[in-house]
Amino acid sequence: MTAIRVEDIIKPENLVYKKSSVLTDVPMHYCYGCSHGVVHKIIAEVIEEMGIQGEVVGIAPVGCSVMAYYYLDIDWMQAAHGRAPAVATGYKRVNPKKYVFAYQGDGDLAAIGTAETMHAVNRGENIVMIFINNAIYGMTGGQMAPTTMVGQVTSTSPYGRDIDLNGYPLKITELIAQLPGAAYVTRQSVHTPGNVRKTKKAIRKAFENSAKNIGTSFIEVVSTCNSGWKIDPVASNKWMEENMFPFYPLGDLKDSTRDDANTYMVQKLKK
Amino acid sequence: MAKARGAVVVENEVCKGCNLCVVACPQDVLSLHKEVNSKGYHYSHMSNPEACTGCTNCAAVCPDSCITVYRLKSTVVA
Repeated sequence: MTAIRVEDIIKPENLVYKKSSVLTDVPMHYCYGCSHGVVHKIIAEVIEEMGIQGEVVGIAPVGCSVMAYYYLDIDWMQAAHGRAPAVATGYKRVNPKKYVFAYQGDGDLAAIGTAETMHAVNRGENIVMIFINNAIYGMTGGQMAPTTMVGQVTSTSPYGRDIDLNGYPLKITELIAQLPGAAYVTRQSVHTPGNVRKTKKAIRKAFENSAKNIGTSFIEVVSTCNSGWKIDPVASNKWMEENMFPFYPLGDLKDSTRDDANTYMVQKLKK
Repeated sequence: MAKARGAVVVENEVCKGCNLCVVACPQDVLSLHKEVNSKGYHYSHMSNPEACTGCTNCAAVCPDSCITVYRLKSTVVA
């Protein structure tokens, strides 16, 4: 058998995976191993595969991903803290043919933006909401968020989150799944290759729902924040599996259309 | 036995050495280089290139999208 050299394999005709053309060449500012990079990448791949680069608009949040507009070569708007669903609503209503997605973290979507999140989904806006839940405020130095686990040590809960003092972690995805305006609600993760592929399918489905006019698609991605958690990326993934997945179980919570919702959620007025 | 042969190319300057690709690789092809790039990160590289099957798992989990994967079209009889 003749040995095959690596140089013989690295040829254009053998290419099976390369960086999406929707991603820019700007190196990401995220910490090493951050889940944001993976989610940006799969959004870019979905946009490229669907060929909608010119028709998609992202709403960037406040948080680490505020600078997402440097990394994805699409139209972006930047919303005030927590108001991405409201801005997405406005954009979608004046440009109904565009694919609009709001990209938010847990401090943005589940804390200051809870009202906007709930009402945008309850109105059944035809937008995609991507929710990165890393159980902490990453950008500002790892403070406790509504989604922080019980007992988790953060810079503002140095003895661990105490239920008596701070209440319980917020399962906002479960709350949203009960709203009739939500068409597709799912919780995914990006810590293994298999989970990355599942999340990609979920994001693709969400963008396709956006064109079908059937309500809001909401994707939670359970993520890591190794700088905020103060552990390395591989250990962060393990910590997430052991501590977050029992409380935030992965899987689809709702997959329906608005018509389904109308039949069982909305009471008809008696004549 | 036929075995797929692949190879990966890591952009050394973009890699932040997070080790996620090393853990994701089912064939233990990748490891962090003992040398560092200009930002001081131990970048990922193929330390065992013969084992690579071009499965793209490393590229799927790379947060910085710095991995390109190649795979030979014809399988090799070994």
